[in-house]
Order: sequence, then structure tokens, then C-alpha cells
Amino acid sequence: MKAAAFEYTRPATIAEACAQLVASGGMAKPMAGGQSFGPMLNLRLVQPESVVDLNALAGFNGVRDEGRAMVIGAGVTHAAIEDGRVADPTCGLLPQVAANIAYRAVRNRGTLGGSLAHADPAADWVNTMLLIDAVYLIEGPSGRREVASGDFMQAAFSTALADDEILSGVRIAKCGPGTQFGYYKFCRKVGEFAEAIGAVLLDPSRGVRRAVIGATAGAPHLVQNIAAVLAGDSAAIAAEVRAAGCDEPYEFQMHAVALQRALAQARA
Amino acid sequence: MKTIHLTINGQPASAAVEPRTHLADFLREHVGLTGTHLGCEHGVCGACTIELDGAPARSCIQFAVRCEGATVRTIEGFDDDMAMTQLRAAFTAEHALQCGYCTPGMLVTARDIVQRLPHLVNDADEARIRIELAGNLCRCTGYQGIVRAIQRVLRERGAAPGAA
Repeated sequence: MKAAAFEYTRPATIAEACAQLVASGGMAKPMAGGQSFGPMLNLRLVQPESVVDLNALAGFNGVRDEGRAMVIGAGVTHAAIEDGRVADPTCGLLPQVAANIAYRAVRNRGTLGGSLAHADPAADWVNTMLLIDAVYLIEGPSGRREVASGDFMQAAFSTALADDEILSGVRIAKCGPGTQFGYYKFCRKVGEFAEAIGAVLLDPSRGVRRAVIGATAGAPHLVQNIAAVLAGDSAAIAAEVRAAGCDEPYEFQMHAVALQRALAQARA
Repeated sequence: MKTIHLTINGQPASAAVEPRTHLADFLREHVGLTGTHLGCEHGVCGACTIELDGAPARSCIQFAVRCEGATVRTIEGFDDDMAMTQLRAAFTAEHALQCGYCTPGMLVTARDIVQRLPHLVNDADEARIRIELAGNLCRCTGYQGIVRAIQRVLRERGAAPGAA
């Protein structure tokens, strides 16, 4: 199973990478860690004319402290987050999520930004970023822009990124003392993509109470009636799971239970 | 074609490659290192796991053209490695392979486990070892022998602190 032929470039700067994406007229795809894109190329689910390799971009895999928030570069690998080789603004949530993505050999190469830009609904980072209300930092030919956590992923495999834009990182507010979280996913086998994800974040120091229902057919669902869900109101939980589009009895049950287990973890 | 320069099993190498050629095909067909096996060719089975820049990686979904300046170590490059020597003996003693197809990738992952997670020396750590092994499929052994072999090496190394 081999990829179709493609051209290959390895730009050194984001500006250069954007210029190459513009020049391709939409026929190029950027590649970060390549842990989803590589299989898709081999399976010929995608056959771009050219691949723009983002691995050599300067300043793409660092972390920047902005005081009340941190910016994590898009090129940071899952394994670097898992191992604590980059600072964690979330009191342990990010390393825990990272440690349960796919397999170690994949986590060594796969990146935060690559996973987000790929936007598989069943992947962990798209759901986690909505939970922690991360801001997406995007660069393109017309400069930089920021996109709110709820506006980035628009549907399965579809994001706010234009063809000639690159996700450079995410800004994550620092969680305060007393932060509690829960993150529960159903997988048919360790390392597989999730069948259902439930996630809860409680940070009393910032007054943050958020919950997410993920691994749906599209973008993750941010729980709206958070007070009732936190109170364990089963009718409120059911309404949120339906609002997430999980109506089939099997899907409904898994998503409801995933959310309830995440709630229990956050309260523990 | 693009020319790449990299280090393979300690030796400098350079070659002209098509961008579409993945690292496993490059190693097998251009360099002649056939110890790297290909199973699923989409990053699921783990047979092609090699060490790339010091950490395990799937060579079937890594393109050779991206490996400019990289350091690659395949199963052929671990002859003198202490942990791999221990693992080879333990795999034999514990019947951790039958056909051997998954073994090169299994050994690279096993070596990563014993080096990165040296504290997994107790019986209760078996579940964690199985989780760490979840990305390498074996269709002969049922994993029991593989898990025992890794546990054996973890205990050997735990008993002799400082083993490299």
C-alpha cells in the first residue's frame, strides 16, 4: 500500500510554507507529524500534488509563557506533553490526555497542531481544546488571526483553516489551585480512536465549569446547561447528549456514560 | 527525486528517493535492511517499528524524504545493545515468538518499555505493560510470552541498577 506520487517541500519558516501553499492553488497539503496524514496517503484517501513538510519550521515546537496563559506550539508532540517535556498549564489534564493517544510510537511523531488541523471528531485534542477553551493561533498570507475554541472545528475533518493557512499553536489559560478534571473515553481497543468521549473541567479559581461531549459525528458539543449536568440531573445529561447529535440508543448510552464517568472523576 | 543524508545504524548514508517512498521501503529496498517488516502499512500493526532519532516510530507512515539529517536504528543496529541482548535472550526463554514477523517491531517497543518505564517490575504492572504493547500486534503468541519476556528483563535490570 503505497502513496501516490507527490512533490515535496520543506520550508524553514511559516511565511515560506504559506507561500508554497498559495502557489499550489489548493493542491498542496501541509504535513506535521504525519501520523494520520501518512496512513491517508498510503491508503490513497488523499492524493495531493505536493506535501509541505512543517517539521523544519523554526519556533514551531516550543512553549511560550504569557503570564496568565501559555502558548503551546503546534509542532509539540504528544509524547513531549505526556512526558512533561513541555510545561503544562492545565494541572495534569494535558499529560493525561496525551498519554492515552494511540501508541507511543505514534505519540513520538504525532503533533498537537497536526491532530487539531486534521480534526477527526474521535481524536483527543479537538475535544480537549474545547474543554479548556483554548485559542487557536493561525498564520496565513494575510497575517495572523485568532480563532475561539468553539469556532475552530466546523464539522468532521473540517476547520476554520483556509487552504493557505497554518495553525501555529494554541493559547491555553493557566488553571488555578483546586482545579479538577475528568476525561473518559470508550475505545474498542487501547490506542484506537474513541467511540465516545466525556470531559469535565472545574477551576474554581477562575470560575470555570465546562463539560464536553466528544467523538460525535461532527464537532464536539460544549455542554450548555452545566449547572444541571454537574448536579447529576439525568434529564439534563440526556438533553445534552441528544444536542450533541447522539440519538441512536447505542451511541446515546455510550456518550451519556462517558460524560457521567468524567463527572465522577472530576468530583473524586 | 530528492537526495537525503542520514545516519543508519551508525553509518552515514545518502540516497536519492522519491517523496512517496516510505522509510520502511527505503530501508528494505534501497539499503537492504530487511529486518524491518511491513504488515498493515498504515501505522496500526507495529511490525515496522524502528528507532528514529532515539525514539520508536512507525517506518511505514514516515516518508524517507522527511528523514534528512535523521538518525535511524533498525533491528540490525542493536547487536551490541545491552537491553536488546537481554530481550533477545528473554524472548527465546519465554517463547515470545513463533513466526517472528512481529518480532523486530516488538523488540524495539519492548526495549523502549524497559528503558523508559524501568519501575514496572511488579506483577501488578502487567496491565501497564500490555497497554504499552497495544500498538504491536502478534497473531501467534497471544502475547503471554512477550509480556513475560519483558517482565523478566525489567526484573533483571531492576536487580542490577545502572544497566545501560
